[in-house]
Amino acid sequence: MKILLMGNPNVGKSVVFSRLTGVGVIASNYPGTTVSYTRGFTKIGDDRVEVIDVPGTYTLEPTSEAEEVAARMLDEGDVVVNVVDATNLERNLYLTLQLLERHVPVVVALNIWDDTKHRGINIDLEKLRELLGIPVTPTVAVAGEGIKELVDSIPRAVSPDMPARSRDERWAAIGGIIDQVQHITHRHHTWRERLADASVKPLSGGVIALVILACAFFIVRFIGESLIGYVFDPLFNTLWTPVLSWLGNLMGSTGFLHDIVIGKLIDGELDFVQSFGLLSSGLYVPFAMVLPYIFSFYLVLGLLEDAGYLPRLGVLMDTVMHRLGLHGYAIIPTLLGLGCNVPAILATRILESTRGRFIAATLISIAVPCAALQAMIFGLVGERGVQYVAIVYGTLFVVWVILGIILRHTTRGFTPELLIEIPPYRMPLWQAVLQKLWMRTYGFLKEAVPIILGAVLVINVLYFLGVFGAIADFTAPVITGLLGLPKEAVTALVIGFLRKDVALGMLAPLALSSEQLVVGSVVLAMFFPCIATFVVLLRELGVVNMLKSAGIMISSALIAGGILNLIL
Amino acid sequence: MSDRKQVSLTMLKAGQSGRIVQVQGGPGLINRLSVMGVRPGGRITKVSSMLMRGPVTVQIGRTQVAMGFGMARRVIVEVVGAGT
Repeated sequence: MKILLMGNPNVGKSVVFSRLTGVGVIASNYPGTTVSYTRGFTKIGDDRVEVIDVPGTYTLEPTSEAEEVAARMLDEGDVVVNVVDATNLERNLYLTLQLLERHVPVVVALNIWDDTKHRGINIDLEKLRELLGIPVTPTVAVAGEGIKELVDSIPRAVSPDMPARSRDERWAAIGGIIDQVQHITHRHHTWRERLADASVKPLSGGVIALVILACAFFIVRFIGESLIGYVFDPLFNTLWTPVLSWLGNLMGSTGFLHDIVIGKLIDGELDFVQSFGLLSSGLYVPFAMVLPYIFSFYLVLGLLEDAGYLPRLGVLMDTVMHRLGLHGYAIIPTLLGLGCNVPAILATRILESTRGRFIAATLISIAVPCAALQAMIFGLVGERGVQYVAIVYGTLFVVWVILGIILRHTTRGFTPELLIEIPPYRMPLWQAVLQKLWMRTYGFLKEAVPIILGAVLVINVLYFLGVFGAIADFTAPVITGLLGLPKEAVTALVIGFLRKDVALGMLAPLALSSEQLVVGSVVLAMFFPCIATFVVLLRELGVVNMLKSAGIMISSALIAGGILNLIL
Repeated sequence: MSDRKQVSLTMLKAGQSGRIVQVQGGPGLINRLSVMGVRPGGRITKVSSMLMRGPVTVQIGRTQVAMGFGMARRVIVEVVGAGT
């Protein structure tokens, strides 16, 4: 048996899914969090049944690509669990009626039930069950309430004889149902609603956005730097260094094997950044430089997501984003890209047009550095002075804007207008935020650390075989002539294809001037996506557009790097 | 034709309410807006609009919807009361 979870966007389908299957999925407070299907299994009685989390849709008459897929998906399911936002019953029932007209067995999960009371909404459950002719279970999925009852109701799913209706007839029918089951008591605006309104007004909204983004930045920095300075650095220096010294002596302090495992000694000393051994830099880079920032970035992002702020930022940024050939909602994948480009490029699916997805994905992979790379920029460029970090970010921002303007004029197609639902502000639940943070942090450890170790290994072998020397001589005209970097810097660009954090680390032993380090960081950020991003880009854009995108990346990286080299 | 004033959403002031009279557009737009609650007969309150022909945010029942300027221009409402 297959169960489909269907419902309007942002009603909590993914939370219900997690509760049913125990499979962790990212859930947030904005429409379009789920862009692809997630499958999991749950038990009903003694039966193991498949549960599919379908992206949100307002209607089965497809108005967008995502909805078309959702409608097609319907043929696959045996039972639909229609997740309904109890605070928005009227609008949600449109899909419910459409589902019933399709003659599939349906049960309703009346989610966000807890919110109805303090919003002055009174729903007559018995009456609603009677009028729809199907089981209706009130749930508070984030708290796990009503989930057991929901599961118990699934075997009772039925397909009542619902006549096919036209759109107007359907709305009329819904009007009739609402009149009988819902009673709303008037109440005054809460402070949360006032804040919500203020966040989408030009002046107050701008101020709120600046305050939130500035706070977010400083909190990310503060937590990241504190974790590095008070936890990970001391851990590595006091506990790990002695172990490595002992092991290094045992291995004779030199030789190929020693250099791979422990790393090259710098002035007779182990250097966690420059030594580049598996057990030195291979562990220090991911754990002591990148992990603290992954943790702090995703903590703050999770809070912003769950509070429901991001769609409002989309409204504020809409006019600006149209200049780049996108609309305001593209700000969400862009912000996700500051964490990791992979989910960011997947999230471009919330944009309606192929053109929008191409522009957004290209801009993200070129000008939006991921948290791992940013952590390394803070660590290595930050040592030289905050102004150099500012130049790196400033350059990437200018590239983002200029390239966006160029792409807007050169990419075929048109950019549709913004049309989004803005969710109410909700107080983020610590449990949910921490669970999401854990999933993302664990995802980094599971996927990035092996690649980082692999990259360190590859670097050592390539050095040993002298391959880098050959490449360096070959590319010297560009690297040295155009970018003003030592020819060995090309090794970082090559390794950048594996992981950009490790790659930036490779610039550390080259004794670059601060200006060179800035050029190197910018070119590395822009030049080419890391392999994980590359794979996703290829899948999302297709071969032709990926080649186009890659061409844009390489040329814009060389142009930006060349210009920086000239003016710095 | 009512003697009440009919304006597009872009002309409505922030805080003003109205009743939706018509959505001028193709079936696609009418459908997309209607499933989000923007359909003739419904009561709508304008929350805000961004500068430079930016998006318009409206409140319909319990839902807030933001739509581009071009869409908002096609939504015709009958003004029912001035807000703050």
